[in-house]
Amino acid sequence: MKIKFTVQDPCQIVRKSYGDPIADDLRFVVKSVVGEENFIDMTPNKSNNFCCGGGGGFLQAGYKEERLAYGKIKDDQIKATGADYCIAACHNCHAQIHELSEHYGSNYPVVHIWTLLCLSLGILGPNEREYLGDDLKGVNVFHPETEL
Amino acid sequence: MGEAAIKIKVGKKSLFKNKVMELLPDGGNLNACLTCGACSSGCPATGLRDMDPRKFLRMAALGMDEEILSSEWAWMCTMCQRCIYVCPMEINIPQLIFYTRQSWPRETRPKGILGSCDAALTNKSGSAMGTPPDDFEFVVGDVLEEYQEAQPEFADMEAPIDKEGAEFFINQNSREPVTEPDEMVPLWKILHKAGVSWTYGSKGWGGENYCMFLADDDAWKHLATQTLNQADKLKCKTYLNTE
Repeated sequence: MKIKFTVQDPCQIVRKSYGDPIADDLRFVVKSVVGEENFIDMTPNKSNNFCCGGGGGFLQAGYKEERLAYGKIKDDQIKATGADYCIAACHNCHAQIHELSEHYGSNYPVVHIWTLLCLSLGILGPNEREYLGDDLKGVNVFHPETEL
Repeated sequence: MGEAAIKIKVGKKSLFKNKVMELLPDGGNLNACLTCGACSSGCPATGLRDMDPRKFLRMAALGMDEEILSSEWAWMCTMCQRCIYVCPMEINIPQLIFYTRQSWPRETRPKGILGSCDAALTNKSGSAMGTPPDDFEFVVGDVLEEYQEAQPEFADMEAPIDKEGAEFFINQNSREPVTEPDEMVPLWKILHKAGVSWTYGSKGWGGENYCMFLADDDAWKHLATQTLNQADKLKCKTYLNTE
């Protein structure tokens, strides 16, 4: 299908905890799932990546306009990869980047890594696809008859 | 023409910065700034509220405590630590921000963060949405049963709560059980396929900790301890924080 993916490095897991080795692990998983040729890294990346703006309580702090301005650098970074999807390995990143994608009109889907893992294993049901784009919504559906 | 020079009161001491330095190992290197600007050039919060990490630190060094302590910028910095990562002197600006947050009277801190912290303190879940343990147990059980029937390949799948001796104690962001329960299932499936022994806890299952962001040390510690005590009680070997 040639769909391209990039991945956000969660500050909490990468820079603030385990560093580049776990960023490499994350890429190993992502490439195994989407295919090496379909992965495009963002720049800068790993420990040097930018925070998306979802961390530190910013999502609940009430400064929405400022939070979206903060996230512009992340949205630009994702757009520069030309990837169709951004994978988020952190819950806050997912919420923030999903909002950035809509706010800046880029409309790339933002997916949890668990979704893609199950999709690649052929065990992703019809009701577990909230964040997949239209290109993948109907692909390899597990028990399609259970769709709600 | 640049901006007008800011006049500093002669002899004014940077009380706040010195106080923070006493709390941090090596004083957080807060006196070691070379003013290179690597922090600010790579900080997504640069420019918000006319502030940036270098400016914040320089103002702290100049004793402009009133100005920095009242700046809402402390809540726009996410304490992501990219500034300290790129800093040649490893200056701990994020901790300076954390203590700035803590200097605000609790009730004046951003309502959303405050409310999420307080909600987590209302029961034993530790959930920022205030979801009680009973509700969590009901949703998990209900969703699990539904999927065991609808997808017979997963009839043996588990989503245990308080399973003693499980290898992994896993927490859960409240958003899934509360607003999109189907999103819990892919993780369960992966754990099932991998043959992992795991459990949620009836206490301390909430993964998010807004008391940490609120800079409320006691409440932060309370939530973290509540979760860890449950993991210990169940004799789990590894606590996996999914947040």
